[in-house]
Amino acid sequence: MPPLFFFLSFVALFSALGVVLAKNPVHSVLFLILTFFTLSGHYLLLNAQFLAAVNIIVYAGAIMVLFLFVIMFLNLNADTEPHKSALAKIAAAVAGGLLLVVMVAALRDVQPGTTYNATTFDSQIGMVGQLGLVLYQKYLLPFELASVLFLVAMVGAIMLGKRETGERHF
Amino acid sequence: MELPVLGWQALVILVVFGISLLIATYSTYAERVIAAFLQDRVGPDRAGPFGILQPLADAVKLFTKEEFFPAGANRALFVFGPCLAMVTALMASAVIPFGNYLQFGTTIVHLQGIEVNIGMLYVFGVVSLGVYGIMIGGWASNNKFSLLGAIRAASQNISYELAMGMALIAVLMMSGTLSLREITLQQSVPGEWHFWNIVKQPIGFIIFIVCAFAETNRTPFDLPECETELVGGYHTEYSSMKMGLYLFAEYINVFVASAVMSVLYFGGFNFPFQYELRDFLAQSQGAVTAQNIITILGVVAVFIKIFSFIFFFMWVRWTLPRFRYDQLMRLGWTILIPLAIFNILLTGGLILLGVIQ
Repeated sequence: MPPLFFFLSFVALFSALGVVLAKNPVHSVLFLILTFFTLSGHYLLLNAQFLAAVNIIVYAGAIMVLFLFVIMFLNLNADTEPHKSALAKIAAAVAGGLLLVVMVAALRDVQPGTTYNATTFDSQIGMVGQLGLVLYQKYLLPFELASVLFLVAMVGAIMLGKRETGERHF
Repeated sequence: MELPVLGWQALVILVVFGISLLIATYSTYAERVIAAFLQDRVGPDRAGPFGILQPLADAVKLFTKEEFFPAGANRALFVFGPCLAMVTALMASAVIPFGNYLQFGTTIVHLQGIEVNIGMLYVFGVVSLGVYGIMIGGWASNNKFSLLGAIRAASQNISYELAMGMALIAVLMMSGTLSLREITLQQSVPGEWHFWNIVKQPIGFIIFIVCAFAETNRTPFDLPECETELVGGYHTEYSSMKMGLYLFAEYINVFVASAVMSVLYFGGFNFPFQYELRDFLAQSQGAVTAQNIITILGVVAVFIKIFSFIFFFMWVRWTLPRFRYDQLMRLGWTILIPLAIFNILLTGGLILLGVIQ
């Protein structure tokens, strides 16, 4: 479906640029949510329904709500923005450029249209059942280790938020 | 045969869309009548016989009111908020199976907007997006009370989504599929005693219905629009039909929540003795007509279940007082989530022992 692909790609790039270029942080967050939707659209084109739904639920539905939550409270605007030093800007540009190099390097050897055969392609690939089998058979250890990592992050958040002895009750 | 099937499916989608709107419209009327009944009043009875034209009168009133933009409001997002609330509310009914299938000659029409194998995740995803309409509207109003309402809505929805998702996981462990149609069909098997999921998942159902009340912002969890503390909550600054869209979206959410509960826990379009009735009708009418009659009775059954749940939502609203905000959070995080985890363990254990499947 090339027309749909190009449309989704256009919207994805447009909204991703909007995230960076928008003056208002709330607009940035809304553009980021739109970006997640277009990414889910790409997942659907790649026959990964489960990934598409989970992307919406986790990123658009939960994480971005918390982002929006915090940004609405902060009431950021151009007047209150702290001045950033030139060193920080250069460091950000170098880090972003390095990330681009890594991504291009990862995709450099991909030859479109030659990695799969349309006649032997398994239509169930990307469906939730297949994904579950792969996660729980081939990648069981990394999967479980990732969940331990989440647990560590949760414990850390609780430790940071916990009231220490002698601290006043609000 | 590809195009006629698509044509039929488009018709089904249009009908589902229309029914969602119609039910939301008449939910406003039902709310007033039920409130009147519970408070021993007469209720709306001026517009038309028994007041059944009241929703139309309300709509005319809302459309003709002045459209007001508060000073300092973000105009684009102020309009976008209610639109988003309405769109996300209407999206969820697309995957709900309202009936089995109708057969005309060789054409089989499934009475469901779209059949996807991630149906349950789709509903869950759309429900989790519903809060954006409230948040954006509340923030764009440039009003402290609206912002507080929006923030309350966000934290409440996120807190209760967790318990709701875990209640769903227990259902999923039994069904082994995310498709709402498959889950419905599994709840009834010809020729044997087969119970609806409510019998196997009583704890899960209670968790789910409590979370549904919180997700739809209905009393006793309507903290985002708590008028004793926040004037009108997130829609304080709204007037005219933008206000109407917010109110309307809430009723559509109630309808969708009722439909999801009927499908997941109360057998959806199944009703008792449907296979016996089908076999009896098949003797005189033929197999195809018998199946069609059963399907139509199934649609009636699912709507009876949905209306019962909508009535329950309204009954609770006019019976229970509103929670305090800290009580709401404590209920969500320290009672419902541990209970949901316990329910998952219990379901897993019972499946392992072969008590339920």
